[in-house]
Amino acid sequence: MTEDDLDRNRRHFLTVATLVTGAAGAGMVAIPFISSLKPSARAQALGAPVEVPLASMQPGEMVRVLWRGRLVFVLRRTEEMLARLPEIVDELRDPNSELVEQQPDYAANDTRSVKPEYLVVEGSCTHLGCAPIEDFDVRPAEGWEGGFFCPCHGSKFDLAGRVYKGVPAPSNLRVPPHRFVRDDLILIGQDTGAA
Amino acid sequence: MARIEAEVGKPQGGFVKWIDDRFPMTATLKYHVTEYYASKNFNWRYIFGVLAFVVLVIQLLTGIFLTMNYKPAAADAFASVEYIMRDVEWGWLIRYMHSTGASFFFVVVYLHMFRAMLYGSYKKPRELIWLIGMLIFFVLMAEGFAGYLLPWGQMSYWGAQVIISLFGAIPWVGEAIVEIIRGDYSISDITLNRFFALHVIVLPLALIGLVFVHIVALHEVGSNNPDGIDIKKNKDANGKPLDGVAFHPYHTSKDLVGIIVFLMIFSGVVFFAPDMGGMFLEHANFEPANLTATPEHIAPVWYYTPYYAILRAVPDKLWGFILFAMAVVLPVFLPWLDRCRVRSIRYRGWMYKTALSVFVVTFISLGWLGLQPATGTYVLLARIFSVLYFAFFLLMPFYTAMDKTKPVPDRVVYHA
Amino acid sequence: MLKLKTAASLMALGLCLVATQGMAAGGGTQLEKADIDPDNKSSLQRGARNFMNYCSGCHSAQYVRYNTIGKYLGLSEEQLIDNLMFNAEKTFETIRATMPTDDAARWYGVAPPDLSLMARAKGADYVFNFLKGFYVSESSPTGVDNLVLAGTSMPHVLWELQGYQTANFSTHNNDDGSVEKTFEGFEVLSAGSMDAEDYDEFVRDTVNFLAYIAEPIRSDRRKLGVWVLMYLIFFFILASMLKKQIWKDVN
Repeated sequence: MTEDDLDRNRRHFLTVATLVTGAAGAGMVAIPFISSLKPSARAQALGAPVEVPLASMQPGEMVRVLWRGRLVFVLRRTEEMLARLPEIVDELRDPNSELVEQQPDYAANDTRSVKPEYLVVEGSCTHLGCAPIEDFDVRPAEGWEGGFFCPCHGSKFDLAGRVYKGVPAPSNLRVPPHRFVRDDLILIGQDTGAA
Repeated sequence: MARIEAEVGKPQGGFVKWIDDRFPMTATLKYHVTEYYASKNFNWRYIFGVLAFVVLVIQLLTGIFLTMNYKPAAADAFASVEYIMRDVEWGWLIRYMHSTGASFFFVVVYLHMFRAMLYGSYKKPRELIWLIGMLIFFVLMAEGFAGYLLPWGQMSYWGAQVIISLFGAIPWVGEAIVEIIRGDYSISDITLNRFFALHVIVLPLALIGLVFVHIVALHEVGSNNPDGIDIKKNKDANGKPLDGVAFHPYHTSKDLVGIIVFLMIFSGVVFFAPDMGGMFLEHANFEPANLTATPEHIAPVWYYTPYYAILRAVPDKLWGFILFAMAVVLPVFLPWLDRCRVRSIRYRGWMYKTALSVFVVTFISLGWLGLQPATGTYVLLARIFSVLYFAFFLLMPFYTAMDKTKPVPDRVVYHA
Repeated sequence: MLKLKTAASLMALGLCLVATQGMAAGGGTQLEKADIDPDNKSSLQRGARNFMNYCSGCHSAQYVRYNTIGKYLGLSEEQLIDNLMFNAEKTFETIRATMPTDDAARWYGVAPPDLSLMARAKGADYVFNFLKGFYVSESSPTGVDNLVLAGTSMPHVLWELQGYQTANFSTHNNDDGSVEKTFEGFEVLSAGSMDAEDYDEFVRDTVNFLAYIAEPIRSDRRKLGVWVLMYLIFFFILASMLKKQIWKDVN
């Protein structure tokens, strides 16, 4: 190799090495800038788990709470409501919660809940995020078995938040992480043992 | 010539040609980068233009991210800055980069201007570049001033109070102007809101536009050099200046080294001394604005203090304002005040060398005095240096015309 | 010649920075150095305890979250809750004062200031001297005045620890007729539960904690800074070599 070739090789090597080093540096700089866009400590504080007391809740009653600014329904189902759940399985798209994972493992059951009585689901239609309206009256003439109805595009969900067939919403309502702190107190947003 | 075009044209055929037929991409790159020839004997003082550009990019980038969390309202501004410093992940780094960048912007721009004065870069045919540059400097001053109000600390508030009140010195219309700047009867939420608009939209847009024009004008006439020689006079057979080297890869590789050195200093401040002992972030500004009590010792941020010292040196409100304004504006006229035939200090006589040295001492001293309380000796010194400041500019037509010059060589001085 | 000029310009710049820095920091009465050690975690832990016990009754630190402190000081959640969180229920809350601000303002004339940034606004030395500088003064409604902040409305909260002291001043008449008071020293009036050395240590820990909450990121940024500079040095070497290589063909 001539000296020119050596120089050319060296120059090529240095150019590539400098470019790679510079690109790596730019990549490192991008990390803080992108991280700064994540929910801040305040957002995390405001998005902390929410307690829902159950003591005064009657069967058939539903409360709405906000967790991380997202709507959550807590419904105390009556015996009668629970009895209807298995009857309408044929009309549902995903009756056994298998197609899309929309709940923690502990709610992946027939009632989609930790305790059969209490349904905890996010009030956000899986179609485009509207808040479904609860309508628990059974009107057989209209074919309505009681459940949630989304006013935006007509999606329908049953009393376990399971989506009906033939509506725009693709999957069941999401069950947020939650746990029973006591028999009469639910904590939404947290499901591990940590305080 | 035709053969080269055919060769170049072939591999570029596809996409690049498609673009070039619709937009002068290759031509622009050639004109401004790969075939822009600048003197090969640039010394380290020629890095500051590039550095100013680097700082501009840093400020724009960090500024955009700051606006995502900052709240331009009197009730929330101070807290939102602390929110950025504590609650936003990496917010502290972005904020320190921005506050450090503000000071470094002025460091770099002052040195950039000083380099122009050393080598006569403002002289014909580069007068317009200088004028645009001065406009950039004015916009930058306004930008820094508007930005300094935003954290809504004690210094933000009272500093703005003092500077805005300055305009009240203008006869008849002064008070009206002050009210229009503030949009209120005192500095308030309304003022903060409009200063935010100025700081993040109006002035940065002006700055970007002016920087663009500054560079276009520079590339039209070509860069000066430490010898102040027109390198376009000596060209080779291909029309390429003999003393010039292409901006890329020669100056780019050289500038990269300078940029890295700059980043080292910059990071040193950001990570180890972001307050810079109260120079870059003033102690009193860690207290929220208190409309009922002025901080004991109030001075503008260091980059305004040379002019502030001149303002305080004058015992009359109106004349103080006039001299302050003149001190800021006078450098605009340098291209016409300087009557010397040679550009570079290398071939100038002792008079200009002395004048420039005295001027540097004057400027730094004024800057230092502006940070001191306006009492006794300090005021006296400020008066002396103010006189020297104006003398440098106003006497320039005389001493530059009288000054003896050395013969300027044909080619630049360069040792490989 | 050129090298000389370069060195001279750099030196001038450096001198100018040093000069301005020194001047900006100076002024006022001579303050005793707080001499805090920001890296001493146990000092910070004690300081945090002192703050919660003695300061947070009246003063908030509204930008500071408990869990941030706990993480930095290496405290478990239980330790945090048991030892520091008297005014809060959740670890992510910020430090509020026990006393409502309005009440405090009515009682003391001014609302006790938030302490999140106090050490940064006033300097650690200032706070150190302030906490040591209470002396008995008949004319003050709280019974005490302060050497570094004359006429303060803050009572001597730490009197049980420090005891009470008086301040001795010598006066002297200036030529222009004004009277100048010079501080000559403190004199112990009644001892507290701590001796002078322990009290200094107590105040030092507290100030250390105040300095920490004023800029919780301080030690992290320094650590990161070292890595950034190391990267830049490496980048600098590469870029210099590349520059040299490319400029070989310029003559």
